[in-house]
Amino acid sequence: MPDLKRRTEDHGRFGRVAFLGGIYSNYLALAEALRVARARGADAVYALGDFGAFGPHPDRTVEILREAGLPAIQGNYEESLSADADDCHCGYTDPRDNHFAQISYDYTRERTSHEHKAWMGTLPGHIRISIGGRKVLLCHGSPRKINEFLWESTTPAPFIRKLLHDIDADLVVCTHTGLHWARFVEPGRGVVNAGALGRPANDGRTQVWMTVVENRAGELAVEHVPVAYDHGRLAREMREERLPEEFVQTVLTGYWTTCLEILPAKERARGRH
Amino acid sequence: MSRSAPSSPLVALDTLWFQVAGTLCNLQCTHCFISSSPTNHAHEMMTLADVRRYLEEAERLGVKEYYLTGGEPFLNREILEIIEAALAFGPVSVLTNGVLIRPETAARLRALSDASPYSLDLRISIDGADAATNDPIRGEGTFERILAGIRILAAAGLNPVVTVTEACEGALSAEGRARLLAFLRQAGLTQPRLKVMPLLRLGAETRRSRAYAEWESLMGRTLTAEEAEALQCSSCRMVTSKGVYVCPILIDFAGARMAGTLAEALGPFALSYAACFTCHEQGLSCRT
Repeated sequence: MPDLKRRTEDHGRFGRVAFLGGIYSNYLALAEALRVARARGADAVYALGDFGAFGPHPDRTVEILREAGLPAIQGNYEESLSADADDCHCGYTDPRDNHFAQISYDYTRERTSHEHKAWMGTLPGHIRISIGGRKVLLCHGSPRKINEFLWESTTPAPFIRKLLHDIDADLVVCTHTGLHWARFVEPGRGVVNAGALGRPANDGRTQVWMTVVENRAGELAVEHVPVAYDHGRLAREMREERLPEEFVQTVLTGYWTTCLEILPAKERARGRH
Repeated sequence: MSRSAPSSPLVALDTLWFQVAGTLCNLQCTHCFISSSPTNHAHEMMTLADVRRYLEEAERLGVKEYYLTGGEPFLNREILEIIEAALAFGPVSVLTNGVLIRPETAARLRALSDASPYSLDLRISIDGADAATNDPIRGEGTFERILAGIRILAAAGLNPVVTVTEACEGALSAEGRARLLAFLRQAGLTQPRLKVMPLLRLGAETRRSRAYAEWESLMGRTLTAEEAEALQCSSCRMVTSKGVYVCPILIDFAGARMAGTLAEALGPFALSYAACFTCHEQGLSCRT
């Protein structure tokens, strides 16, 4: 069932849509992603929440998003920041994960302007759109919970079928995990995780990821698109801001060093730490 | 004035547990909340056919993940077939003490894991970084035998989640965690994963420490919707040889048996048991 406490907006019909997952204050990758989306002829670009965390100067990301007039939904970060909550409600359970999540959140909360926090409070929790006649629900974690982790190896087909039935949609597009993937249970019906622009995909490569969904001859096609950006500059700025060296190493090596105890076995095995 | 129990509605059946080895175990831990032992037949072994019947029902209900436990699951002669069957429907976690895992078992587990799009997680219980801490709880000589199982899994490229209980001295302190993680690295786990479980004052544990006191209860309490949804029974059920129970903890209580099929066990549950207090107060989830 959808989480009825959160507001849902109905938007229009599109042929090709670019989705931006967690940005985590990586404003350099965001600027590059917007350029890629334009170059690919996207009819619309949606931001799926978690604009802050992890990276430096959180207001820079929000300013780019607002300047571009990008439609966006709340992630757990926007929900927490706009409510002035004490923590990010990321949904971690391990003490080390929570330790680093708190450093991220305290930094972001301190450096996000009141005006931007108020704007975050106006964003919807879900948006419904149509791509090639298919009903698409955009959410942050899952349609039923803002901080539910939908990992590729723990989101099985029977669960997806039930979910799509419950929410009356053909496709769910989400983020929150930081890893991109897609699983279709039949043509045009499934779950797409857009991945994250904020940190690399724990694969030893420094690029980050966005996702394009389009109607291709009556079928929904999903493409996860790598976004290369000046990661050396991001790392420098993170050090200048005295963010944890663990975070900087993730940006420089492409491997997660923190917030990885939550990973299921398959996803964990792909990383180095 | 009579005090009534707050109710826990099932929000969604996400997690389905199978008591595949019943209450039969090769060890007899002093903190076991269901008193598993080599001779406890309260719940019997489940067959592959039993499990399959529930998996088919679970598929229709959109279950998200499966947990296999006991007793000791690797006492079940069909355990590898059961794991394979469940992996066809979703991710699987197996809770084991690791003692019975041989190199050929680990090789089969690795092959099953590689063949599935879903995660296979092994979860090994141990109670400390040395025999002096572990053996008084789990039995003489068990530390070395469990450690051997961990090493065999690591050598096969499988990375088990290692669980300790709060009976393990120091498990909750930062120093204790660091010591356990260092121990696991030494055992060959390059990405050690650790989970600390609260104790449940049921079964054998009532003799090791104590039973629940009268005040440790949710009777007469009111839970908010958020508090009720945070309980694992809002998203799980447990199947044993005797039917469908509300959760993995209460299988020794006849009143916690809800039905014979999953479809009949989807209703709310009255939180009238002392262990419900632990789940609520400590945010306990038996999930990884």
